[in-house]
Amino acid sequence: MSVVVETDARRRELVTPEGVPIQFVVAPAGDRVGALLLDLLLIGLGVAVVLIPLIGLAAAAHAGADLVVAGAILAVFLLWTFYFPFFELAWQGQTPGKRKLRLRVVDASGGPLRAEAVLARNLTREAELLLPLMALTGGESVFPDAPGMARLVALAWLLVFGLLPLFNRDRLRVGDLLAGTLVVRQPEAVLLEDLSAARPASASVPTFTDAQLDVYGIYELQVLEQVLRQQVPGRGAALDAVAAKIREKIGWEGPAASEPFLRAFYAALRGRLEHRMLLGRRREDKHHRDR
Amino acid sequence: MSVSLKSAAFRAEREGTWRELEALVDAAERRGVAALAAHDVLRLPALYRGALSSLSVARAISLDRNVVEYLESLAARAYLVVHGTRRHLRQAIADFALRRFPAAVRALRWHLLAAFGLLAAGAATGLALTLSDPERFYAFVGEAYAQGRGPTSSTASLRQALYAPVDATGFLKTFAMVLLNHNTRVGLAAFGLGFAGGVPTALLLFANGLVLGAFAALYHSRGLSLELWAWLLPHGVTELFAVVLCGAGGLVLGQALVFPGRDERLRSLSIRGREAAVLAIGAVGMLFVAGLVEGIFRQLVHSVAARYAVAAAFAALWTAYFTGAGRERTRRVRR
Repeated sequence: MSVVVETDARRRELVTPEGVPIQFVVAPAGDRVGALLLDLLLIGLGVAVVLIPLIGLAAAAHAGADLVVAGAILAVFLLWTFYFPFFELAWQGQTPGKRKLRLRVVDASGGPLRAEAVLARNLTREAELLLPLMALTGGESVFPDAPGMARLVALAWLLVFGLLPLFNRDRLRVGDLLAGTLVVRQPEAVLLEDLSAARPASASVPTFTDAQLDVYGIYELQVLEQVLRQQVPGRGAALDAVAAKIREKIGWEGPAASEPFLRAFYAALRGRLEHRMLLGRRREDKHHRDR
Repeated sequence: MSVSLKSAAFRAEREGTWRELEALVDAAERRGVAALAAHDVLRLPALYRGALSSLSVARAISLDRNVVEYLESLAARAYLVVHGTRRHLRQAIADFALRRFPAAVRALRWHLLAAFGLLAAGAATGLALTLSDPERFYAFVGEAYAQGRGPTSSTASLRQALYAPVDATGFLKTFAMVLLNHNTRVGLAAFGLGFAGGVPTALLLFANGLVLGAFAALYHSRGLSLELWAWLLPHGVTELFAVVLCGAGGLVLGQALVFPGRDERLRSLSIRGREAAVLAIGAVGMLFVAGLVEGIFRQLVHSVAARYAVAAAFAALWTAYFTGAGRERTRRVRR
C-alpha cells in the first residue's frame, strides 16, 4: 500500500472555474529534469541543423568563420529564448520533452493557463539555469574580479535559485512561483470493470450478515479492490491468503472458492459501506467507532 | 443479480458519456482541439460538465476506487482541453502586442520611472567621474565591451568605430552579436534577479548607466559627442528603453517580495510576476527591433542628420505606442 500513500502526498487539488475540485499529481523532480534534458537535446539538434549547411556554405564560399559564429549565436539565442514559450503556448503547457515524459504545466489556481504565465515561467530560465551553470563551470564571466568569499556566497545564492524545486513540496521553480503555475503528471487512468457487477448468476452466492460486514471499513474495502484487480503472478496464492484471513476474522463457514468468495464479500461490503455513507455514517477503516 | 448497488447503477447509466468524452479528449490531446469536428467541439463542454458532476456524485456515493480515480483523471484531462491556453498563438501574440504590453507599461509607469532614474543616475555618475579623471574609464567599462577603445585610443580610431564598414556577413554578425550583447543579458538578468529582492536589478541598472556615462565622457573629451549620440541613439532609444523595461519588471518583482502588501509573499509574487513578465517579454521584442536597426541601418547610413532623424522617429513611435495603443478597451472596461 505504500505506493498509494506516496502518490496521495503528491496530490494537489485545483478548483476549476465550475467550482469542482479536481486532483492532480505533482510531477516528481526526476521527471522534470528528464524533460528538461530532452528539450535541451532538441535545442542542440536544432542548432546543429542550422549550422551544418552554414559550415558547408562558409567552406564553399571561403566566407570565413564569422558567418558560422554569427549563425550559431543567432540560432542559440532564438531557440533558447523561444523554444519553451512557443511549445508551451502551442501545445497547451507541454514541450516535446514534457510530452514524452507525460508532464504538463497547469495554472495553480485552477484557471486557464494564460499566455503571460507561460512567458513568465520561461523568462527566468536565464537566472535559474544558465547563471548557476556558468558560475559552476567558470566563475570568471559571472562575477569578474570578485574576492573569493563574495564569489562563494554568490555561488550559493545562485544554486539556491537553481535548486529551489527540491526545497518545496510542489516542486516549484522560480518561474513557477512568478507565473503561478504548477507542473503535474498528465492524468491518465483506465476504467476497469465494476467488480460488484460481475457476480456469478448461480444461487449459491455467499451472503453475509451486517455484523460480519461491519468488521471492515473503506480502507480495507479498497485494499481488497486492489488485490482483486491486480494481474500479477502469484495472484491465486494472494487471494487464498486474503480469503482465509477474512473468513477467520468474520467467522464465515462455507464451501466457496477464494475468488468468488472475495468478489461476493467485496460487493456486499461495498453495498453496506455505501449505504452507510449515504446516511452520513462513513466508516473509514476497521478501527472506526460509531459515536 | 436482482439487487444492484446504487453506485453500480450510477456507473452503468453514465458510462456511455464518459467513454464518449474520453474519446474526444484522446483525439484533442493527440491532434489538438482544432482537429475535432464541429459537432464534437459543441459536445465537449456539455460532456466536460457532465464528467465534473459525475465526479462529484461518485465521490459522494461510490466506494469503487477505480471509478473515482478514472473520473478524477477524465475530468482533469477534459479540464486541460477545455481550459487550456484559450487562444491561438497568433491571436495571443496580437493581443499581447496591441493591448497587454502597452497597458502593462502604462500601469507600471512609476517602476519604469524608477528604473530609468537608476540608469540615468548611473550615466550621470559615470559621465562626471570619467570627465574629471579619464583613467576611471577602465574601472567602469570591461575589457571585452570596450573592444580596445579607451582614453589612450586616438581620436581617429574612436571616430572610425562609429562608422563601421558595410559588408554582407557583417550585417548578420552584428545583428547576432547585438542580440547576445551586453544589453540583452543585462535586461534579462535585471528581470530574473528581481526575484532576489530587486537589489541586484538596481545595481545592474546603475552599473549599465556607468558604462554609458563613461563612453559619453570619453567621446565628449574628443569633441565627438554629437557623432557618438548619432551612432548610439537610432538603436539606443529602443535598446535602452527595453533595458529599462526589464529593470522595471525586476523592481516590480523585488517590491512584491519585500513589500507584499495584503497578500501572502508567494501569492503577491505570482500576481505581480505576471505583470512584470509582460514587460520583460515585450522588451525582448524591442531588443529585436534594436538589433535590426543596429545591424542594418547603422552600417548603411552614415549621415549624422539622418541618424538623428531616425532616432527621433523611433522615440516618437514608442511614445505613441505606449501612450496610445489598446486604450479604447481599457476605457470600456472602466465604464
